[in-house]
Amino acid sequence: MKGKIKYRIGKSGGFQLLTVILACSCVLPLIAILVYIIRAGITKINWSFLTNVEKPVGELGGGVIHALVGSMLIIFFASIIAIPIGILCGIFLSENKKSRLAYWCGLSVDILQGVPSIVIGIVAYIWMVKPFGYSAFSGSAALAVMMLPIIIRSTEETLKMLPDSLREAAFALGMPFHRVILKVIVPCGISGILSGVMLSVARIAGETAPLLFTAFGYQYLSTNMTKPMETLPHLIFKYAVTPYKDWQDLAWGASCILLLFVLILNILTKLITRKWKVQL
Amino acid sequence: MATPVNNELLTRPDNTSGRVISSSKLPDEVKGTKRVRRSHRQIRTENVFRRTLIIVGLTMVVLVLGILITLIVQSTPSIKSLGAAYLWGKTWDPVRDIYGALPFLVGTILTSFLALAISIPFSFAVAIFLGEYYPKGWFPDLLKNTVELIAAVPSVIYGFWGLAVLVPIVRSFESSIGVSSIGYGIFSSSLILAVMIIPYAASLGRSMIQMVPSNLKEGAYALGATRWEVIRSVILPYTKSGLFAGVLLSLGRALGETMAVTMVIGNTSFMPKNIFSTGNTMASVIANELPEADKTVYNSALIELGLVLFLVTVVINMIGKRVISRFTN
Amino acid sequence: MESTIVKSVNYNAYFGDNHVVKDVNIDIPRNNVIAVMGPSGCGKTTFLRGINRMHELIPGATAKGKILLNTEDVMEMHPIFVRLKIGMVFQRPNPFPNLSIYDNVIAGYKLNGIKLPKAEKDKIVEHSLTRVALWKEVKDSLTKKGSFLSGGQQQRLCIARAVAMEPEVLLFDEPTSALDPISTSTVEELFHELKKNYTLIIVTHNMQQAARVSDKTAFFYMGELVEYDDTKQMFTNPKDTRTQNYITGRFS
Repeated sequence: MKGKIKYRIGKSGGFQLLTVILACSCVLPLIAILVYIIRAGITKINWSFLTNVEKPVGELGGGVIHALVGSMLIIFFASIIAIPIGILCGIFLSENKKSRLAYWCGLSVDILQGVPSIVIGIVAYIWMVKPFGYSAFSGSAALAVMMLPIIIRSTEETLKMLPDSLREAAFALGMPFHRVILKVIVPCGISGILSGVMLSVARIAGETAPLLFTAFGYQYLSTNMTKPMETLPHLIFKYAVTPYKDWQDLAWGASCILLLFVLILNILTKLITRKWKVQL
Repeated sequence: MATPVNNELLTRPDNTSGRVISSSKLPDEVKGTKRVRRSHRQIRTENVFRRTLIIVGLTMVVLVLGILITLIVQSTPSIKSLGAAYLWGKTWDPVRDIYGALPFLVGTILTSFLALAISIPFSFAVAIFLGEYYPKGWFPDLLKNTVELIAAVPSVIYGFWGLAVLVPIVRSFESSIGVSSIGYGIFSSSLILAVMIIPYAASLGRSMIQMVPSNLKEGAYALGATRWEVIRSVILPYTKSGLFAGVLLSLGRALGETMAVTMVIGNTSFMPKNIFSTGNTMASVIANELPEADKTVYNSALIELGLVLFLVTVVINMIGKRVISRFTN
Repeated sequence: MESTIVKSVNYNAYFGDNHVVKDVNIDIPRNNVIAVMGPSGCGKTTFLRGINRMHELIPGATAKGKILLNTEDVMEMHPIFVRLKIGMVFQRPNPFPNLSIYDNVIAGYKLNGIKLPKAEKDKIVEHSLTRVALWKEVKDSLTKKGSFLSGGQQQRLCIARAVAMEPEVLLFDEPTSALDPISTSTVEELFHELKKNYTLIIVTHNMQQAARVSDKTAFFYMGELVEYDDTKQMFTNPKDTRTQNYITGRFS
């Protein structure tokens, strides 16, 4: 009897140990990737890397400025499309919990959230590239569609958490609906909305698949949204698979920048939203 | 615009008596006017705002329907000319106009399920670790945030790292066990995918485990159960549908993941012989071939792959969401 | 002679198919404190929320009948006009958590986009806070957030916020049920002050409170207005047996 209990306690302890080991080992690949990318990438980053465009194999001093500018422009335009629509749609969903349109809208957002990025790329390709040719703007549109579900859901969840008494207080002062939402509800939920926006930017900054057949890639610095444009993730993909060391070095440097940008944005999101949270 | 202050608003109490002139006592010509006009403007804006919200809500529905319809319409050339044989054909040879998608279906299923099998022990361990053993403290917080960061790393970076680090390791592993040692292939892709999908099942599992009512657990403890026995016979049965939903969400991610897989799977369009051979998934073949697919049927066959991918992931995600909402209610 | 300010005519309110307020006819005289009491679920809060059209904010809620403010039918007016003229204070203090005390008081102007000169705003804030006996306590911390105050202070801040809009009628939905006894008596004292300038309608399920503060009392039971009379009359000599049962505590 006593032996049995000892065995059971031992088994329990053994399982706990196993859980701890397995759980902690999940962190290892992330650390391995972080360390490897930063070590391989940080040495490649210098002035000419940040100011030049890519050069043919064999020529020294190639850079990624075109991809940096391209990524920023494409993300900027994607945000311009997605942020207002996403926030408004989140408001719509949180304010109309029972309407039939809200049900279908919520379902659509759920579906959109699960759609693989490559499929969104295909659709952007069919809608915008087939008729008008490759363009940075079609890339922005594809990325905007990817941002939408993240912004919508975080806005909706945040606003649903706010107590009804807040809305009532505002309505009782004779405020019209749009002012209740924009002046009271949204400011009180700003931290959640903001975190959704930042996370969505972090998510699309590294997104490559939808850009393969929309923004396409371009070897010179370009700011024309109606023409093909290079982006950091696409540049990494393009040069990672080449056998040339010069080009791979560009890809390592670009990976380092992209990885740091995305991770810092994620961490900042956590910190800022905690700080900005309105105490209810 | 500086709105001039309306008389009515200025009917403040005069300080001597402390009395307020109620607006109903004001002469009629003062009452209303600007304040009323302003309010009328507000009412108009309010209606515009309500309508905008409805339009935006409608837009989302139209967008998703549009995606579905576009994919179906653009796939029709291939559906018409290839029929159901498309899904069973073992040969994919665009030069000879033969389009059989079976190698990609098999490749996708193999990589996804292998990845799932590898990642489940880890993601469940994280879920149990954070949900039951150590729900509070700085280290669990750190672990939780770090695991969430796994999902934040761009997939192209996973792919690049896999190419540079994982493929050589897998190559030497393969030669040590005596299979064709290429390094690229389904096994490498699965390893990368396994890492990438850990956070999905882990974070959902964690929140599900935390929702287990403590009186259930205490009941078992009171009977002299050990911690492991409580986990096995109370927590896991209680949360099994939630854990299942987490696995489904992970699977949805794995099926649609493109870049990392494309970079390490080897991109060959033959039927994979075993888990170490090279291959292609649906997503990776689209990524590789869509920009150069000029023939109508070729192009349409790739889009049909996209349609299949879309439908499969939608179904999996919908089931997952259903299970979650049933569980949480 | 007292003039009527609010008058309801055959007012009915529903939640979906649930008929919660049935054919209420009531005349509310100006500058009085009216207590509305009754057991939980008797429709008293719903009726109160119907007066400034807050009732219909709840999905599925509808109302029929007339509520006259002076001579205008509230049901025909746009809710914005109604709520500017009829202020409301809720059960739980609900100051805007993102605004300072100062901004909370002038929230009705600020958030409605009505621009006032600084001096004007200062005057409104000081006057409104003085009205609710809060000025002395908070005049040095006007820039702090409203949630920094205690529960009773928050509730008085909410009253100040409603008073600042200079409404004609103030509605109170169980304004002291979330407060401690000392805060409660402070708020009750306010009612005597406020009724000089406003008409107060107070929902309460605390009979002692109704007896202490009100001039007239309405007793609701199962959605009906059972009895409506001078408070003294009602508590000493109720006409309806249901009222009598309620007052003597035979049901609650």
